[in-house]
Amino acid sequence: MRDYVYQRPLVLGLLLCAVTLVMLLAGMLAGSNGLDDWHGLGAWLGPAQPEADSGMMAQIVWQIRMPRSMGAWLAGALLGLAGALSQAVFRNPLADPYLLGSASGASLGVCLALVGLDGSLIDMHWLARLGLTGAAFAGAMLAVAMTAALASGVAQTLRLLLAGVVVAVVLGAATSLVLQMYPHLLQSMQGFMLGSTAFVGWDSCALMLAALLPGLALAMVLGRWLDGLALGEQTATSLGLPVRPMRWVLIMTLALATGAAVAHTGLIAFVGLAAPHITRRMVRWGSRHGVLLASLMGGLLLVAADLLARVVIAPRELPVGVLTALIGGAYLLWLMRRHKQGGGIS
Amino acid sequence: MADAQAQAGWGHFVKSHSAAALQVTGLHVVLSGTKVLHDVNASITRGRWVSIVGPNGAGKSTLLAAMAGLLPVQGRVEIGGEDLQAMPAARRAQQLAWMGQGESVGDDLSALDLTLLGRLPHQSWFSGLNAADQQHAEQALRSMHALQWRDRYVGTLSGGERQRVLLARALAVQAPVLLLDEPLANLDPPHQADWLELMRTLVDAGATVVSVLHEISMALQADELLVMQQGRVVHQGACTDALSHRALESVFDDRIQVRTVDGQLVALPRSTRR
Repeated sequence: MRDYVYQRPLVLGLLLCAVTLVMLLAGMLAGSNGLDDWHGLGAWLGPAQPEADSGMMAQIVWQIRMPRSMGAWLAGALLGLAGALSQAVFRNPLADPYLLGSASGASLGVCLALVGLDGSLIDMHWLARLGLTGAAFAGAMLAVAMTAALASGVAQTLRLLLAGVVVAVVLGAATSLVLQMYPHLLQSMQGFMLGSTAFVGWDSCALMLAALLPGLALAMVLGRWLDGLALGEQTATSLGLPVRPMRWVLIMTLALATGAAVAHTGLIAFVGLAAPHITRRMVRWGSRHGVLLASLMGGLLLVAADLLARVVIAPRELPVGVLTALIGGAYLLWLMRRHKQGGGIS
Repeated sequence: MADAQAQAGWGHFVKSHSAAALQVTGLHVVLSGTKVLHDVNASITRGRWVSIVGPNGAGKSTLLAAMAGLLPVQGRVEIGGEDLQAMPAARRAQQLAWMGQGESVGDDLSALDLTLLGRLPHQSWFSGLNAADQQHAEQALRSMHALQWRDRYVGTLSGGERQRVLLARALAVQAPVLLLDEPLANLDPPHQADWLELMRTLVDAGATVVSVLHEISMALQADELLVMQQGRVVHQGACTDALSHRALESVFDDRIQVRTVDGQLVALPRSTRR
């Protein structure tokens, strides 16, 4: 008999929210001097702070740290959502939101947009940023469309997976080719490829939130239909589920979520895979609450990783994607080792 | 137990007038370029248990899936006199419970949650589970002697245990027609016997069961045999009928023989060595 760590999804949800709040608060305190930056808190608590620099501090907290932490949370939440959805579509607990080539598509989109804008990621007007998100989203959708075309539809998930790999390789090569031609974009692109929350502002947050809310709403509405997909196409169909249309909608949603996250924070590894996976181990799974919890978990993971990335070698900082890759890789290795000792993968 | 199910599930079944629960007319199925079923005609009488038998590749599973409306077909499948193709998915799902062969499932669902998925046809799009759904699912698990695993992850169960949960999932649909593909796979003899008994109870309560069984002795416990060979139905008749036994022996190249042992029909292998 197996006991879940948290019998009630609500308990886990509240816990995740609480820890996330603490992390967000810590994120406001974490500056280039590490975590000892208590002025930040003072500025946040009230403008009646006697220090002369409290105004500037407030601006740093409000215009840089807050949106950055919020952006990290939103991107993580989007990846957690996309991960949970792709695990439902592919009926595989190790499926990843990048599987359909959407990440490579988004990279190519961002790369081409940078060529068009001929700019760096810093000092970018929000319209240009919207263009960048648009390009990343268009790239992600294009890649998913190519994958679906290559797999001749969404009927066979294994074909979809293989097609996704092919599309990822081809689009990755195209990105490399463009970067060869415009080497001055390499640095902006590298920041994007490694994943970073450094350029996230409030406008990015708004855009990510706009992608997150409908995705979560969809998952809540579909609810147990998503679980029904786990039974496989024929059984799910026999239970009256419109499997193919559902797959299309889910794939579009996960492309939107992945595209929105990738456009603002670059390629952040493992969060999309690990967030739903960790959630499944903690609570009795059901998609109606599971997708929401996975999303909260993803947000928390990325906020925590972002915080760590900012303080661990302060005043410099690590690209958060590197950190998530390291931690995520270690987690997966641990998981594989555990399963070698303990039986089937779950 | 079975009485409760009869009252809750199959009651409305008797009110309908058509004698055939399932009627298959001129059915052709082509799967990835290969013709798998040729002009199949079959009629499954209400309240009967029919076993589809035949050699490997005869089209048994395909016929069952076609009866469930899961395949693109040429021809006509009727359930209770209604065209299956034209039936709304939700209604079809309430009429037919289907269990596939070697069904794989998400390992991280608990046995109860998996069984509860059988209640999906009875839920509206947005509504959640109610107490009755929970009750039906637990009842289904209990009738498969699987209730003790209700909180276990399906991935941690053995093959036979999992099979029983999958059967419970199909039972939880409480459809008047059950289509089961190799329901006895991985089950040990006591649970095979339990399953046979359960099917008999369900059929007595008015349900119609069509099962693909490849163990012939098990198949012979049904009411009727539907004998298939190379994509065609070559015979349909009562399990006790000598003609059925003859058809059965012939599709297996006379390598089996049907005998009565202790009042039960069994199929024994016939050696070619003398």
